[in-house]
Amino acid sequence: MQIRNRIYNNTLYIVLSGELDEHSAQAVRITLDELFDLNGFNQVIIDLSELDFMDSTGIGVLIGRYKKLKSKNTPIFICNPSSHAEKIFKMTGLYEIMPKIS
Amino acid sequence: MNVVNEMTIKFKALSINESFARSTVAAFCVQLNPTIDEINDIKTAVSEAVTNCVVHAYPKKDGDITINVKITPTSAIISVEDNGVGIANFEKARQPFFTTKPEEERSGMGFTVMETFMDKVTLLKNENNKGVIVQMEKKFNGIAS
Repeated sequence: MQIRNRIYNNTLYIVLSGELDEHSAQAVRITLDELFDLNGFNQVIIDLSELDFMDSTGIGVLIGRYKKLKSKNTPIFICNPSSHAEKIFKMTGLYEIMPKIS
Repeated sequence: MNVVNEMTIKFKALSINESFARSTVAAFCVQLNPTIDEINDIKTAVSEAVTNCVVHAYPKKDGDITINVKITPTSAIISVEDNGVGIANFEKARQPFFTTKPEEERSGMGFTVMETFMDKVTLLKNENNKGVIVQMEKKFNGIAS
């Protein structure tokens, strides 16, 4: 799993690349939480266009990050999910807390 | 049951083996001429079952996972088995958002994902009455070639 980021127009963009499962979950949690400590943004967009695989462990990771950002009143959005990731998001209701944007 | 092909793999219950397990099972099921979506369904369901074993079955992290796949002309039957601590309440474990480890940011959606992506999911105790077998069936339109 690789994670890239940049801050532009008060938005923290994060690209998750690779496979998000139990094996990669902890490193993703730590890296994202470090990025959330950066300054200069008031919303977060997670780009999943390069995510090759995700299971419900990934949902747990994303909900955990939502809770961290909620305490700072920072909204988080999802973009470019695969049709498969989308299936899991719709099933679990993730879009209700982390809306999809195009 | 008309089993035309079968394979079994056994490996340590380590998270690093999840990718190996789901990819291997998916590759074996290619003989059923699945769509890309169907392959992804199988990969995800296997990943959920294996994750359950890795996270819950062995508190001492010292066990094995065995996966058996049977191919029939119209289906794949995938059994994921451990010899761990077992599941106290099968019915509860299958409820959406139920987890015994909320402090670890677990979504509790593993069995729901399996049930959504596969046609049939059965939870069994294994022969020694120790551990769990998750048996999942996926039906296909194509006939195995």
